[in-house]
Amino acid sequence: MLQNLFLSIDAATIDWSRAQFALTAIYHWLFVPLTLGLAVIMGIVETKYYRTKKAIDKGLLSDESAADFWRRAAKFWQKLFGVNFAMGVATGIILEFEFGTNWSNYSWFVGDIFGAPLAVEGIVAFFMESTFVAVMFFGWKKVSAGFHLASTWLTGLGATISAWWILVANAWMQYPVGCAFNPDTMRNEMVSFAEVALSPFAVSKFCHTVTSSWIIGAIFCVGVCCWYLLKKRHIKLAIESMKIGAMVGLVASLLALITGHKSAQDVAEVQPMKLAAMEALYRGGTDVGLTAVAWVNPFCQPDYTTEYEAPLKIEMPCALSFMATNDIHGYVPGIYDILKGYTTPDGKVEPSLDEKIARGKTAIAALADYRKAKAEGADEATLSTHLSQLTANMKYFGYGYIRDKADVVPFIPVNFWAFRIMVGMGCVFLLFFLVIVLIAYKIPFLTVFTRRLLATFGLLPETEADSYDMTALPAWHYWAAIALIPLAYIASESGWLVAEFGRQPWTIQDMLPTWAAVSDLQSGSVALTFFLFLILFTTMLAVEISILLKQIKKGPDEG
Amino acid sequence: MPMNNNSFLARVWHLYYDGFRSMSLGKTLWAIILIKLFIIFIVLKLFFFPDFLKQHAGDDKAGYVATELTGRMAPDKSITK
Repeated sequence: MLQNLFLSIDAATIDWSRAQFALTAIYHWLFVPLTLGLAVIMGIVETKYYRTKKAIDKGLLSDESAADFWRRAAKFWQKLFGVNFAMGVATGIILEFEFGTNWSNYSWFVGDIFGAPLAVEGIVAFFMESTFVAVMFFGWKKVSAGFHLASTWLTGLGATISAWWILVANAWMQYPVGCAFNPDTMRNEMVSFAEVALSPFAVSKFCHTVTSSWIIGAIFCVGVCCWYLLKKRHIKLAIESMKIGAMVGLVASLLALITGHKSAQDVAEVQPMKLAAMEALYRGGTDVGLTAVAWVNPFCQPDYTTEYEAPLKIEMPCALSFMATNDIHGYVPGIYDILKGYTTPDGKVEPSLDEKIARGKTAIAALADYRKAKAEGADEATLSTHLSQLTANMKYFGYGYIRDKADVVPFIPVNFWAFRIMVGMGCVFLLFFLVIVLIAYKIPFLTVFTRRLLATFGLLPETEADSYDMTALPAWHYWAAIALIPLAYIASESGWLVAEFGRQPWTIQDMLPTWAAVSDLQSGSVALTFFLFLILFTTMLAVEISILLKQIKKGPDEG
Repeated sequence: MPMNNNSFLARVWHLYYDGFRSMSLGKTLWAIILIKLFIIFIVLKLFFFPDFLKQHAGDDKAGYVATELTGRMAPDKSITK
């Protein structure tokens, strides 16, 4: 996985730079999903306040304390949002520093592709979020209820739009479109902003990432509510917020399932090696099953060249074919097939790795020849010959750096197990939210049926089976819900591990492997900043958790 | 000229002014944000994350990257598996 860590200087630089980038990204991703998820929760809670207030103003409702309750509830969730938002501010900017220092070849090669999305993200983040966050926190008695509500939703929308642009940049690395390489400037230049911004890979990634972030917000909300129920405090806030959290979680889980399916299809189409690694699929074919469980040693790369499949494999027949192609008979290549080259049943030919390496080397040689000829003042015909050779083979440019065929195969255990953690936990969350919705919303027949079903399986005391009371459940129910909060983060980070480990060795898919992208630095300096970050991030995380817990213990402000 | 208290700008000013003045938890969060920004932009950026190309490539960044990228091409005899 990080086999170069203690080897030669150059190799260690690559691994330390990768480790540092992963550490920063994982840390940054602790804040972002909760921001996106809580934005929805607090928006819905404030909408409840707005609607209740309007009903009172129109004389449709006489209980004025109802509006006060929802106002305090909205302020409470906004306070927790604010803590998380403040702690996450600027953590992502460190990734850009790392690009300029550790990944200078990559940064230059990417050119202006990143510039536009990141500039838009910066402007949106600054203006939208700073304006509407201020109105949301400072404007309760200063602006109208309608404007305040709009500001709350726009705060969440601003954060979500920011995520869009960051994910556009990430998606471009996985599926570089809308660009052309300029050998004079050595940069990729954007030829179509729309193609970059609306790349199908970016759309799928955005939808899946955002919906999974809503799950984190919902789990957090339900977890906090369960803590209050456990402590018998703020019962009304807990029950009402739990209903909202569970419904958001249920809808988000279903959407994440659909968007995850679309993401898998994109991966199958443009990053088949990633899909094969996720599934530990060594030999592909048609009617391929989805692995439910198999023994893949978490610590060592399996021998995919001689093994036919992972040991102790239990699979769901044809499910992988369906997941990848929407057809239960669809063709899915395995790792061995990708290395040797393959032809799909519909006639699409994918070259072997040997051919890709040869074409990659031709592209790099053509680039060197072009630049040399240009420097020597060669004629147009000579330049044109080199240029056409480069253009014809540019698709495989990165393969010219491959020294060992094993280098193009990502570390299978991480992909395999991280994918199973993500999907497995996603299924648990779906079931969890479904049960909470069924028992919290007091739906005639269904609620009692669910409770009786839970009692039958020993998950609810018989005495509670016919009750609608959410406050008298056994304590372990509440603790189980609270325990899902860290598990939700593990699932979310696992998703990123699949996305990023799965595309190794490519910093830009098929164009630039890590060892060509990295700067010629001493590994010691990168290692130093790695540990510096580790200390800094751990401290920041401890501070955030401490402030969040303090505010949760304090509960909603009175009055 | 004195600002009209009902003007848009005056209301925006009061929104921020009163909001910042009446912060409680917000003061702690702002202190953390400022410390964090100081560490990120002053300590980390200045001392640990220089612009590599600016330091090593001078004005001809494209030439430097070209040399790096063409020079790192795998040798013809690749290891096969």
